[in-house]
Amino acid sequence: MQRYTRTAIVLHWLIALLIVAAFTLGLVMTEIHGITPAKLRYYNWHKWAGVTVLLLAALRLLWRLGHRPPPLTANTPAWQRKASGGVHHLLYVLMFAVPLTGYFMTLAAGRPVVYFGLFQLPVLIGPDKELAETLEEVHEWLNWFMAGVVALHVLAALKHAFIDRDDTMRRMLPGRNQP
Amino acid sequence: MNLLHRSLLPLLAGVTLLATAAPLKTDVAHSSVSAAFKQMDVPVESKFTRFAAQVDYDAAHPDKTSARVDIDTASLDLGSAEYNKEIAKPTWFDSAKFPKATFVSTSVKPAAGGKLTVAGKLTIKGKTADVAFPVTVKPEGGKQVFEGQLPIKRLAFDIGTGEWKDTSLVADEVVIKFRITAGQ
Repeated sequence: MQRYTRTAIVLHWLIALLIVAAFTLGLVMTEIHGITPAKLRYYNWHKWAGVTVLLLAALRLLWRLGHRPPPLTANTPAWQRKASGGVHHLLYVLMFAVPLTGYFMTLAAGRPVVYFGLFQLPVLIGPDKELAETLEEVHEWLNWFMAGVVALHVLAALKHAFIDRDDTMRRMLPGRNQP
Repeated sequence: MNLLHRSLLPLLAGVTLLATAAPLKTDVAHSSVSAAFKQMDVPVESKFTRFAAQVDYDAAHPDKTSARVDIDTASLDLGSAEYNKEIAKPTWFDSAKFPKATFVSTSVKPAAGGKLTVAGKLTIKGKTADVAFPVTVKPEGGKQVFEGQLPIKRLAFDIGTGEWKDTSLVADEVVIKFRITAGQ
């Protein structure tokens, strides 16, 4: 069995962890009524996590362009190969689209991102209440869509690991390449 | 005496009229009062949407200038309805008890570069502080534009109580920026 490169594996799990963290923070922070110190902190953490996903996704895309993923198990049916390709393409698009809509949403709301409280990231657009409201809806919708695609991705991986008992998921787990 | 009556008195009256600064009409559409501060290091610009300004000013006698600004504390627009509701609460401006923040000048002195040094009393949330700040005056379209900024410490006025005293959440320094356009 051939695994993904170590770089690809690290980026995959790091991004997965950050997406789950940012998504959970997003759910929690938007449920808090009024303005509280916790809400303010969660919003900032959420934005920092989102920007980090965007940066890591850019690295990952560059890496992916130079490194083909290891082949799927030989007996994978054609429809599964197609579905797998589609889901992976969607996940790549969403890794960019979700943080970008969030980034422009906060800019439109007049709140630039100060990354980890250290430096301000580029203010590419000015405040625009209407745009902020539209982007808020798009951002939320894209997140639920991503949650669905991620669920498919996870279920498919688990199916390969525990029902088909093949090496598909193990390719993305850390470990030595076996001959 | 006749001569004095006919020509000197009106002249004298004219001089005294010039010497007292004239009240100007504020052009609200071209005036603004805003507050700039940092929220977890993120710069935030917010505008007061309701305020009144009264400026008595005569370019020939700037030292006779006087000014008064009344601001509706509940009118601060922070960019979202949720924030705008929050700011009127007792933790922040307590607008039910203290609907207005006011500035009343006590002295105005001409300074270098056509500027004015304005001193006065600033009252927010029932607390009054002596403040002084530079103001630039520029004629624009037949009116006068008074522009300047005044940095204050929010905690000195009890703005943000309890957990919100934490200045890592909201910085202590708030810069009040104003631009008052007024003319005859």
